[in-house]
Amino acid sequence: MQPPEPLVGIVIVSHSARLAEGVRELAAQMAGPDLRLVAVGGGPDGSLGTDASRIADAIREADSGAGVVVLGDLGSAILASQAALEMLPADLGGRVRISGGPVAEGSVLAAVQASIGESLQQVLDAAGSARDLDKGAG
Amino acid sequence: MPITTPDLAGAFRLFGERLAEERDALTRLDQAIGDGDHGINMDRGFQAVLGSLPTFLDDGPGALCKQVGMRLISTVGGASGPLYGTFFLRMGTAMGTAEKLEPVELVAALRAGLEGVIQRGKAVPDDKTMVDAMRPAIEALEVSVGGDWQEALASAACAARQGRDRVTPLVARKGRASYLGERSTGHQDPGATSTTILFESLHDALATIS
Repeated sequence: MQPPEPLVGIVIVSHSARLAEGVRELAAQMAGPDLRLVAVGGGPDGSLGTDASRIADAIREADSGAGVVVLGDLGSAILASQAALEMLPADLGGRVRISGGPVAEGSVLAAVQASIGESLQQVLDAAGSARDLDKGAG
Repeated sequence: MPITTPDLAGAFRLFGERLAEERDALTRLDQAIGDGDHGINMDRGFQAVLGSLPTFLDDGPGALCKQVGMRLISTVGGASGPLYGTFFLRMGTAMGTAEKLEPVELVAALRAGLEGVIQRGKAVPDDKTMVDAMRPAIEALEVSVGGDWQEALASAACAARQGRDRVTPLVARKGRASYLGERSTGHQDPGATSTTILFESLHDALATIS
């Protein structure tokens, strides 16, 4: 039997550990069991904040060779994710994309695309497309 | 009068001590227009730096700056960790493996740090950020570094203070403060304030080197 193709992993970064975990739970509902979906939230001391070292660890955990899309809740989550890239080996860092999409909706859409084996670029595009997600509220 | 690794470590130690003293004042500034953790975050980061500082002294000023940067990125939550971390990392890269620095080399490294901060944070002048204190301070050093070193450092600290105060009436356009829109006017920027403390510390620690 052929080994399964690696799937694009997803890292969810929030200032709040509970928010990150909640988004992970929501996105996991849409994803199969093979998808690596990692939540990382809170600052280095557990307070509200972001932690580049733990984001780097989460990216390592989420990568199975196909790359990783990172979503964050506020600006410093993106800054910390960019700093995390500098802490990773160049080959892994080179297959990580940081999305500016909304963290909850973007994670759900990205998880759907990733779990059906879409490419890194397609997963990134799905995360970004969540900005224009039609929720039916007009 | 080259600047040695212990000289630079002394400046970082002084910066850390000043941040500890100003911790509550920085936090109050950040409570007004941000998420209220700038003093706490910077103090935590620099306490970690100070704790490790004796182990950072073996390989020249460039290695010292890189280790300070990595320590800040991993201990400071919030935007200031990646931003100050990038500043010191880029400084360290610019310094290379030199064992000592001439003032002009330190100034070039500070410029590299500033460029890194701008690249990472995408701030432009008058966004009301740390860049509004950092850029004029480094520009002041660049025009005066050929003359008296003590005066050059004094002009940098003065330019940082002026930059910090000049943007106080402006609307913040970066970070959490930008969510406040017009309500951010009249509040002193916490990042520009901590950057001013950095340049005051560089002056106080390095002006006496001869």
